[in-house]
Parts: sequence; structure tokens; C-alpha cells
Amino acid sequence: MSDNVVDLPIVGTKKNALEVVTVGTKSARVKRRLTSRTATVVSLVIAILWTLPTFGLFVSSFRPAGLITTTGWWTILQNPGFTLDNYKEVLLSTSQSSPQLGAYFVNSLAIAIPATIFPLVIASMAAYAFAWIKFKGSGALFVLVFALQIVPLQLALIPLLQMFTAILKPGQEALHQLIPMIPAQNYLPVWIAHTIFALPLAIFLLHNFISEIPSEVIEAARVDGASHGQVFFRIVLPLAVPALASFAIFQFLWVWNDLLVALIFSGGTPDVAPLTQRLAELTGTRGQDWQRLTAAAFVSLIVPLIVFFSLQRYFVRGLLAGSTKG
Amino acid sequence: MTTADLLGKIIQVVGALAAFALVIGLLLFLIDRAPKRGRDYWQLTFFIAPALLLLLAGLIYPAFRTSLLAFTNSSGAYVGAENFVWMFTQPAALITLGNTLIWVVVVPTISTAIGLGYAVFIDKSRGEKYFKALVFMPMAISFVGAGIIWRFIYDYKSGGSDQIGLLNQIVVWLGGQPVQWLQTSPINTFLLIIVMIWIQTGFAMVILSAAIKGVPTEQIEAAELDGTNAWQRFTNVTIPGIRGSLVVVITTISIATLKVFDIVRTMTAGNFNTSVIANEMYTQAFRAGEQGRGAALAIVLFLMVLPIVIYNVRIMRKQREIR
Repeated sequence: MSDNVVDLPIVGTKKNALEVVTVGTKSARVKRRLTSRTATVVSLVIAILWTLPTFGLFVSSFRPAGLITTTGWWTILQNPGFTLDNYKEVLLSTSQSSPQLGAYFVNSLAIAIPATIFPLVIASMAAYAFAWIKFKGSGALFVLVFALQIVPLQLALIPLLQMFTAILKPGQEALHQLIPMIPAQNYLPVWIAHTIFALPLAIFLLHNFISEIPSEVIEAARVDGASHGQVFFRIVLPLAVPALASFAIFQFLWVWNDLLVALIFSGGTPDVAPLTQRLAELTGTRGQDWQRLTAAAFVSLIVPLIVFFSLQRYFVRGLLAGSTKG
Repeated sequence: MTTADLLGKIIQVVGALAAFALVIGLLLFLIDRAPKRGRDYWQLTFFIAPALLLLLAGLIYPAFRTSLLAFTNSSGAYVGAENFVWMFTQPAALITLGNTLIWVVVVPTISTAIGLGYAVFIDKSRGEKYFKALVFMPMAISFVGAGIIWRFIYDYKSGGSDQIGLLNQIVVWLGGQPVQWLQTSPINTFLLIIVMIWIQTGFAMVILSAAIKGVPTEQIEAAELDGTNAWQRFTNVTIPGIRGSLVVVITTISIATLKVFDIVRTMTAGNFNTSVIANEMYTQAFRAGEQGRGAALAIVLFLMVLPIVIYNVRIMRKQREIR
């Protein structure tokens, strides 16, 4: 499968990093264990140190409120107690003072799915044009798009917000008039912002992959009279699925875990704001309500962790590719 | 959340996706039926224009605007370099710059060192896959989530009562007095840095581990036959073999560190002398209404990131050419 891997500009990624099988004869392994007892101990200590914080939070999220705030989670054996109330409270309770995460969870999904699909489609079209449509200035334009990766998104935030307020807001309000169910404060600005910030990296990565499709395949189709549109949908997209998947996963997690873009473009209401924003708010205003915070944090972690453990291989690849983003 | 709200949200998402698909499909239909003369031109426009227009309106133009904003004050009047003078003279702003420097020195160094050591120790050991997954897992967690996880570790309860934060409990076990960690400068900055190290070490480990496996075994065996010990083999064979990846890891983590925002925002909101540039930029521009200062901070951030990114990109391109 390593030949189908998205062609990343980092050495060593062709080999699947997390899944390299342990090789070596039995004797070699025995010898290795004897020579590196210290190494084993040290790596065990690191592994425990790295897991302990998450584990502590996880254990605490199932403890009754009275116990969380008075005893440490490591005393769980002396102070036993198990409850799902914390989760019930943060997700389902409708009282004003509770986190009401249900709405924000839906928002996170509603933001992340389109904010993954839009840039994916737009970028793969542009990548196709750069790779397979010859035009004047193609090379220079591609370098420009590539160079845009160095613009940190902080540099675009203030004017972009001003533009959204001036141009997008009337449109949002008109939509609200038309379909009252859709609030005037809707997802549109967040989707657009995430799409824009994703484009330079997405175009660059997908171009790398799409340009390596054998030219005979594309030329044969062109000679047979296929238009660029047909070539793109029938040949290029199906062949580029591994690259599309890697980028999609990276982008989905990036959007899901993002706080900065959400803070600025969502307006902070339950109509739009994602989980991360609600969590940041809760730590600010109710920083000692640990029974809520622990459960709330786990609600926000569950989707990335599922993606991580089920799609580790794509996840690593996407991560390596996107490490300079933002 | 009422059912009507949920329905409204579903309508938004489905509607947007449908509208998007419709526009793309319609355009595609039209360009295939464009007049023969100039059809290639229309097709090219269809494929490339959406991306270019978005980039122009959403990234290039705003970046220029920000550069101009940096020379204005909160009411929009031109003030020359005043915002930059403010940044390099006000004690609070100087602390922000200093903190950013501490972050960008400490985080890449320590996470790369631990990641490399860990990668070497678990290389070819039993259960390597699980060892890796454990340390790599924080990478999937949002900075906000990580912020909450670690705030819990640093939690403080006054003297007599039981501690629920692990760090203070350890201090108490060792016979000390509990500390309000996040309010105590300058140690709080380092405690925030630990969170970033916790996240980035997994990244360093995964890439360096892949690189270590790329070092030819013949070289290592040859060195072994020459009677070298493990440390000598590590410094003289392994390190030179993975130099390229080391550079990529360090520069990548440096860039991420310079832009760190969420951790500081969730854990201290930049109070108690812990602010960094990205957080201060947000505070000034979107909380204090000082857009000029925010823009100036964004530009300083850009200038700090710029050389690292260029260097990183050059290394990546060079490696692509070699392959």
C-alpha cells in the first residue's frame, strides 16, 4: 500500500509510522531486553506519565460531584463511587446554569463536516487545474498559493471579520427572514473562514498527488473526447482517494479542535459556537466545577479519540502533512 | 436545545451541502456546453477561480489590510510606528514577548529530546505499537481539552483540606505546602509549557521513530563489530542518519509553539504574566478594541514564523528532490 500513500514532503512517512511490525529473531529480542533494562524502565515511566493526566480526568468524570471536589481521583479505592450523572448533566440538562453541551456538540459536527468538504472539493479542483490544464503563468501562480502557507491566520482575522460584518451579515439576516428556523447568526462565516484557511495546504498536498497520476491515463481520456470535467470526476477523484482521505481527516480534526477561528467568527451563541468554545468559557466562569468540566472535556475528546484509534494510519499521515498549517 | 433548533441546524448543513453541490454541478454542466471557441478558457476558470478568489479575498487582501492597520490606533487614525513602540516599551507587552521566546526555546528542545529518547528506547521492543499510541494520543486531543486536563492536575485546595490536584498532592506527600500553581509567576509559564510538551512529544516521537527505522542496519552492525558501545553508535551513526527529520521536527514544533493560543487562553487567559503573542493579539484586537495593536502583534508573529517556515519548506523540497 505504500505506493498509494499521499506523497508527503517529509522523509520517512512512506513507511507506516505507527504500524511498523516488530521484526527480529527471538534470540535478538532476548538479547535486546537484557541489554536495555534501564531503557525499558525509562520508557515505561514516560508512557505512564503521558497517560496519567488523561486517565485521571477520565476516572474523575465518573465520580459523584461530592467526591471529585473533596478527594483526589487516586483515592478511588478508599472513596469508591460511580455515576453517570455528570454526563447526563452536561449533555441533557436544560437548566440555565448547566453547560448544555448537546447543542454545542451538534454545532461542532455542523461546523466540521461542511468545513471539511468545501475546501476538499475546491482544493482538488484547483489542484487538478494546476497539474493537468496548461496555461500561462501556471507555475508562478502555484508558487504563490504554496507561499501563502506562511501567512499565519492571525494576520487575516481582523479584516476578515470586518468584511463578514459588512458583506455577509445582510445575507444572513435575509436568510433568517426567509426561513425563520435558521438563526440570523449561522454557520456561514465559520465555514467560509475554515475553508479559506485550509486552501493553501490542501491545494499543495493534493497537487503533489494528482500530478503523479500517469499522464497516459489522462491523455487517453482526453483523446477519447472527455472534457476536463469528466476526467476530473471519473478518473482523477477516484484515483486520489487516499490523499483525499488523509487530508479530510486532518482537516476534520483541525476544525473540531479549533478554538481561535470559532471564537472570532461564531459569535459565541448556542446557535453556532462549537464545543471547544463552550469548554473555554466553562473553565473561565466555572473553573472549579470539576464534576462538569471533567465530563464536558471527555465529551469533546470522544470524537477525536475515536478517529485517532480507528484511523491511526491516515491520522498520522494527515498530521505530518498538516503540521505547518495555521 | 429544542427540536426546532436542531431541525434548523440540520437544514443549514444539508442545505449548504446541497447548494454547494448544485452550484458545482451546474457550472460543470454549463462549461461542457460552452461555445467551442474559448471552451478551454472557461474550463480553466471553473476549476481554478473559486480557490483563487477565496484566497485573494480571504487571505491576501486581509494580510495587506492588517499590515496597514498596524499603523493606526483604535479610532483608525494613522499613528506611525506607535503600536510597535508600545510593544517594545510597555512592561506587560515586553513580558508577552519574553514569554513567547521562552516557549519557543523550551518546547521544541524538550519535546524533541524526550521524543527521540523514547523512540530509541522502544525501538524494536515488545509492544512498541502500544507504547507509541500512548504517547501519541495527546496529539488527537484539542488544546482546550488538554488545558482542562492539566488544570485539573494543577488544581489547588487550601492547606488543611485534601488536595484534588495531583501536583499539589505530591508536594504535600513530600511534606510541602500546596501552591496556587497557575497564579504564581514565573513558574506558571513553565507549567503551561509542560502542556505543550505533553502534546508535541508524540509528534516528535512518531517522525523520529520512522526515521530511526530508516537508518541502514548494516551501518549499525558495522559499528557494533568495531566494538563501539550503544551511546557511540547512537551519536555517530543514528543521529547523522536522522538529521533531516530532526530539523523538520524542531522547526515544525517551533512554528506550532509560536502560534500557541488555546492553551494560554483556557488555562490562565494570559493573566498572571503568562501571556504570549498570539493570545495578546486576540485580547488586544477582539477584547480591548485595540485593532492597531492586535495587527502589530500579528505582524511580529508573522516575522518570527517567516524564517522558520522558509527554512522548513526548503528542507522539505530538498528531501523531495533526493527521493
